[in-house]
Amino acid sequence: MGPESLIGEIRARLGPAVEGVADSFGDPVLVLRAADVRPALAVLRQPPFDYAVLLDLTCVDYAAGEGRFELVYHLFSLSRNVRLRLKASVPAGDPAVASLAGLWKNAEWLEREVFDMFGVRFEGHPYPRRLLTYEGFEGHPLRKSYPWRLEQPRLPLRDRD
Amino acid sequence: MSGFDFVATRFDAALGWGRKFSLFHYPFITACCGMEYMSTACAHFDIDRFGAGLTRFSPRQADLLMVVGTVTHKLAPVLRTVYDQMLAPKWVIAFGACTVSGGIYRNYAVVQGIDKIIPVDVYIPGCPPRPETVLDGLLKLQDKIQHQGQDWRWARKA
Repeated sequence: MGPESLIGEIRARLGPAVEGVADSFGDPVLVLRAADVRPALAVLRQPPFDYAVLLDLTCVDYAAGEGRFELVYHLFSLSRNVRLRLKASVPAGDPAVASLAGLWKNAEWLEREVFDMFGVRFEGHPYPRRLLTYEGFEGHPLRKSYPWRLEQPRLPLRDRD
Repeated sequence: MSGFDFVATRFDAALGWGRKFSLFHYPFITACCGMEYMSTACAHFDIDRFGAGLTRFSPRQADLLMVVGTVTHKLAPVLRTVYDQMLAPKWVIAFGACTVSGGIYRNYAVVQGIDKIIPVDVYIPGCPPRPETVLDGLLKLQDKIQHQGQDWRWARKA
């Protein structure tokens, strides 16, 4: 499958779930509807697309607009040695998307990190806890709305002499 | 009584001399400054020339805590526990910009200087500090130990 026919086949298979197509340094980028993320990635994981590896799962906070948070999925196919990037926007109010924990085991920690840093809920995640910050941490530090000087110490701080 | 005072002062000086040349240090290393620590501690710069060569990996056996590298709020309770486990007399060196002031990290995660958590005797700046800077800081600490009032078991308390 060449890049052009690949996009065509994915679009034919996923139908209206694909909202847009772009190119990033030779690798295809697909924009998905947030509601279709899980079924779409379940299809892409299987042959003939065979994207068996979830390389990374991150999020971007664009600070304004309807789709404020944009989830970014990086897939890799071992059998075909190609990459694919998928993006899906979720609204600012109660950002949520379906969890991929049943498809890829490593999605569990990646989704926990995104939840910790951006506050995006992953529905169906087996243990939706924070990953990097500690218990009692309030807010989500990589959100643009997080005050940049706000620290949340776990110990009472001493006065400097 | 003045004779006794004279003797007591000399004893303090002897105790300080002994203490400053027998520092057992505990390296609390979290980040890249650890490379400079290794360089300082090993043969090339040789911290043992100044009597601080014996590294202890239990805070209960150490009397110099070297905090080397970035300390986050998540880690702060661990550092506090390590400091509390050390027996008096004890001293603390803040090694590198991160431990002195938070360094380049002004964010939600990093403690803005370990002196917000534990008391510090000597601050060694640099990102990371050169081994010569570390040895200079160690000499400063030895000077401080020599000239401070020595606390010892039967010391007359004010």
